[in-house]
Amino acid sequence: MKALLVCEYREGKLLEGSYELISFADRLGVEKAIVLVGSENAVPKADARVYLANAAAWAEYNPEIHRKIVLEAVQRESPDYIVFLHSSYGWDLAPRVAAALKAAQISEVASLQDGKFEVSCCNGKMRRTVTSATERTVVTIQAGAFSFSGEPRGVPRVEMIAPPVAASAVEFIGYEAAEKKDVDLAKAAVIVSAGRGVGKKENVAAIDALAKALQGELGASRPVVDAGWVPHSHQVGTTGQTVSPKLYVACGISGAIQHLAGMKKSEFIVAINKDKDAPIGEVADVLVVADVNQFVPALTAKLRK
Amino acid sequence: MKILVCIKQVPDMESKFKVNAKGVWYEETDLAFRMNEYDEYAVEQAVQLKEQLGGGPEVTVLSIGPDRVLEPVKKALAMGCDRAVHLKDDDSSGKDPWQIASAIAGFSRDKNFDLIFTGMQSQDRGSAQVGAIVSELLGCACVTTVVHFAFNDGIVTAKRELEGGLKCIVRFRLPAVVTCQLGLNKPRYPTLPNIMKAKKKEIVSQAAAGFAATEALSGTGEFYVPAKKGRGIILEGDVNEMADRLIGILKEKTTVVR
Ligand SMILES: Cc1cc2nc3c(=O)[nH]c(=O)nc-3n(C[C@H](O)[C@H](O)[C@H](O)COP(=O)(O)OP(=O)(O)OC[C@H]3O[C@@H](n4cnc5c(N)ncnc54)[C@H](O)[C@@H]3O)c2cc1C
Ligand SMILES: Nc1ncnc2c1ncn2[C@@H]1O[C@H](COP(=O)(O)O)[C@@H](O)[C@H]1O
Repeated sequence: MKALLVCEYREGKLLEGSYELISFADRLGVEKAIVLVGSENAVPKADARVYLANAAAWAEYNPEIHRKIVLEAVQRESPDYIVFLHSSYGWDLAPRVAAALKAAQISEVASLQDGKFEVSCCNGKMRRTVTSATERTVVTIQAGAFSFSGEPRGVPRVEMIAPPVAASAVEFIGYEAAEKKDVDLAKAAVIVSAGRGVGKKENVAAIDALAKALQGELGASRPVVDAGWVPHSHQVGTTGQTVSPKLYVACGISGAIQHLAGMKKSEFIVAINKDKDAPIGEVADVLVVADVNQFVPALTAKLRK
Repeated sequence: MKILVCIKQVPDMESKFKVNAKGVWYEETDLAFRMNEYDEYAVEQAVQLKEQLGGGPEVTVLSIGPDRVLEPVKKALAMGCDRAVHLKDDDSSGKDPWQIASAIAGFSRDKNFDLIFTGMQSQDRGSAQVGAIVSELLGCACVTTVVHFAFNDGIVTAKRELEGGLKCIVRFRLPAVVTCQLGLNKPRYPTLPNIMKAKKKEIVSQAAAGFAATEALSGTGEFYVPAKKGRGIILEGDVNEMADRLIGILKEKTTVVR
């Protein structure tokens, strides 16, 4: 069996996640080949054939051309699996490649269960194993689920793919940098975060009061930021900040993977949730099953004494 | 201009999920259903574009599933969509993303939609596939995970969300499929007058089977509750007692409470 790993490159660099693909292929126990739309000086270190197309020939991101290059590598290598990260790049490109090959796609694989692909569903509350009914299978893997340990080593055998001439309907204009942050949550010893479970904007004040009582900072989940209750600079998660305080208190936060990715390395985690089965329970050292709007003010009052 | 918005009905994620008799999906009884969160942004964007263009575009909302999906369809009509198509399938949860996408593409093929909005992913299955497959089947452009959308003189400028707060700016012409990410806009709440008006809007029902691919490419082996890692303490009961116990634990286990 063989896997073609679609590595990622952005703003002139190979993205670290590319090594998670290698780690996944190793755990699956299959041969590997790599395809990268990037540049000669950013080729992954691995003992494998690397199909390289130079991204400098056009702007970095162009879905139509990337799709053609991956399909070209599939043709040359004839893999059983075509593996992407479940990332902004992977979920853009993987279904196009899968549809073009009329191949099954298994999205966001979180673990291997006796060789079966396990994915999480229902916002992290349930799991399922997904089977493929096609000769080739496209897989996207959950970020962080197949982490790579050790120093990358190996000598890639680079084979060039000439950038295909393809008119693309989508024109890449450029990147927009992340907003400047006015709070550096990464330095905080205590973070108390508000989730959608707090119910409304007015209730965020009580969460902030608990943060103050613990001499910490206010954090937030994404819906709370999207709704405009808390500025984006406080968001914790894949599209916010990654934090590892001594104490993290999650108030009315369900524990979606994108939130966990930003806080699960905290030293001690307390979750306050009315749902005993909320996935945040999987990482919490203490799960308080309660209405956050009753429990938090009570806790704050006692801490102030 | 003709716009299509695809919406899925999903269970409220705060529900308690039970495994169904076949062992491949959730048992539906006792679940409360709602519109997939990502699709609310899709509906809102379509309606905003219609308003921007002085009401010119016609917005069709489409949903595949059993009769219960009429509920979010009516909500979309009350939010401002013009008409609805219900592609009826009592076993839509047993269909894979390829079959769902083929039904949407099959229905759309001869309708010349300029824009098709979908959610970036569905909350229950979370495959993040349907939108991109539809574009592939229709042979049109596709822009995914959009957090900003602006239409001017026939050209769309959009921002795609990448990791760590970085965004990617792209420009494209129609026809195109756009998949919507959280935070793209502020989905409106239907007002009572608009709910009343929506009752007069047309809902066409057709069998999904007439459009969808018959063969699934992927399937569910087993559906189950994750094994509890059981690392934590669970506190339940009286609020004041729990607060005292929590403070005790924090004093013992952390250095931040003394
Ligand atoms: C590409 C991508 C990137 C993302 N990036 C991020 C990110 O950076 N950060 C992030 O947080 N999310 C991110 N998300 C969104 C993420 O998937 C979840 O939707 C989000 O984290 C959910 O936020 P939440 O837990 O506050 O809300 P919900 O999931 O709605 O959970 C609310 C919780 O509150 C509980 N609750 C309700 N009422 C009460 C009450 N009265 N008392 C106590 N508990 C109550 C409920 O039981 C539930 O568990 C991203 C999603 C995508 C697709
Ligand atoms: N049954 C359905 N009916 C209509 N649209 C759907 C259906 N299932 C998925 N979609 C659309 O496809 C998007 C992505 O779904 P998925 O690929 O399942 O994560 C959703 O946000 C919807 O816009």
